[in-house]
Amino acid sequence: MNEIIEILSGLHPDIDFETADNLVDSKILDSFDIVSLIAEINDNFDIAISAEEITPENFNSAEAIWNLVERLMEE
Amino acid sequence: MQNHVLDYLDSTVKRVPDKIAFANETDALTFQQVYDQNRALASFFINKGLYKEPVVVFMNKHPKTITAFFGVINSGNFYVPIDEEMPRVRIDLILDNLKPRAIICDAQTVEIAKDFKFDGELYLYDELIQTAVNEEGLTDVRAKAIDTDPIYVVFTSGSTGIPKGVVACHRSVLDYIEQLSETLEFNEETVFGNQTPLYFDACLKELYPTLKFGATTYLVPKSLFMFPIKLVEFLNEHKINTICWVVSALTMISAFGAFKKVVPQYLHTIAFGSEVFPIKQFRIWRETLPNAKFTNLYGPTEGTGMCCYYKVNRDFELDEAIPVGRPFKNTEIILLDENNKRAADGEPGEICIRGTSLTMGYYNNPEKTAEAFVQNPLNTAYPELIYRTGDIGKYNEYGELVFVSRKDYQIKHMGHRIELGEIEVNVNMLEEIKLSGCIYDTEKGKIVLYYVGDMETGELTKILREKLPRYMIPNYIEKLEEMPLTPNGKINRVFLKEKYKKDH
Repeated sequence: MNEIIEILSGLHPDIDFETADNLVDSKILDSFDIVSLIAEINDNFDIAISAEEITPENFNSAEAIWNLVERLMEE
Repeated sequence: MQNHVLDYLDSTVKRVPDKIAFANETDALTFQQVYDQNRALASFFINKGLYKEPVVVFMNKHPKTITAFFGVINSGNFYVPIDEEMPRVRIDLILDNLKPRAIICDAQTVEIAKDFKFDGELYLYDELIQTAVNEEGLTDVRAKAIDTDPIYVVFTSGSTGIPKGVVACHRSVLDYIEQLSETLEFNEETVFGNQTPLYFDACLKELYPTLKFGATTYLVPKSLFMFPIKLVEFLNEHKINTICWVVSALTMISAFGAFKKVVPQYLHTIAFGSEVFPIKQFRIWRETLPNAKFTNLYGPTEGTGMCCYYKVNRDFELDEAIPVGRPFKNTEIILLDENNKRAADGEPGEICIRGTSLTMGYYNNPEKTAEAFVQNPLNTAYPELIYRTGDIGKYNEYGELVFVSRKDYQIKHMGHRIELGEIEVNVNMLEEIKLSGCIYDTEKGKIVLYYVGDMETGELTKILREKLPRYMIPNYIEKLEEMPLTPNGKINRVFLKEKYKKDH
């Protein structure tokens, strides 16, 4: 989870990602961010996030992203 | 002879008045509505006596925004689109350059515009279109129109930190729309899915062919470019068959494997440009849509939209680049060597543009205009301007033009044209910063900033967000104890590039 927050903070140092829970709906994350975010997550955790997992629900908070990563690491 | 871009609309509205011209996910305007609303809006400015002046359009991306553009043209003025995505500092610079007397807003943007430093008036689109149509005034303005009158100014990155406003006229846009439509075979059945922002010339590709043919343009919501499957579903839902997108928008779909789940069903014409298309991704697109036509487009804003095209007709190796191809009809590309002579066959030279596609120069900026729009050095007999793009190109074994490199520090990043110098100027302006050097990692597509100074990287990012557009914010920032310099005392970018490569 901390690693996710670290990556997110690299993109937006001004946001408190511990509490923010509507990253997509409030337009904090945009398409630039999603592309670099997924690339970094794939690299760091050695997983491959596929198109069907790239949904607003899975990216709305650091926790949601972390849940997705955990699920993919178990598979 | 047609000398006005709105002649397209005037004939199309008679043919297909009730067809949808422009739509987004919730709202749509028919050709009749576009026709009526733009004439009402134009009447307002004609009644006001505004003529041949810049009118700023500051609205959210919407069919009404496009109609506002047409209304401004119809009033004999020229439109200047600005957008909420632009940081305030940039908007202030643009307003300072234009000194506009009018800004058209929507209900949401007007609240932001109230804080602008400018002397003109703010108007609401929805109120402007209540104006009674001034038939006589409209006819009068149209009769006086000349095809070298400007129709828009769009702002592009400037290396000195001040954006440059490129001024384009009817004649260049008409030429562009005719050549582009012929090349990409647009027609009345064309359904465009627009991706590019309305505040760049890139959207000309959809706006004016829609008027010319009575086609339809859907403005694809920006948020969908984060979610590949939803994006393809949107294309299918609206039966979109033609897209002219930046490469990063296309690769976002293919790289995430969206085609394994859903395939565009109607798409037959795909144009792209502004950056290198990684061949691995391009192959996925071609395999998914084997019957579609793929066309690479190339051209600077100063050459009105695009000026060269390449219809992909063969396979490429993974390390190859798709060629720029050849100029549109009625445009010449001249490759000039360092001595201002035509480059020898197969040798690299600066890509220079000659023809009607040349825009008129930079608004209120004679110095910058004179640097880039110059007398054709191959012609000493009479005045003839060419535009020096600063791009280096050469012809390959097939006689196709290929892009080689840049002469300066301009880059293409996520489809946007950026001067690395503009980023540096904005960083160096800060009191705490001593020196900064910006480089571009072409392979990974990252803007990298090194600096020396008394500020943490997080704080610097925060400040830059207020000064620069989103796409110009460095993807990686590192503080250095000392800036590497060349023997001449310039920032050693080669060293910085090597350092970045070594560290990552």
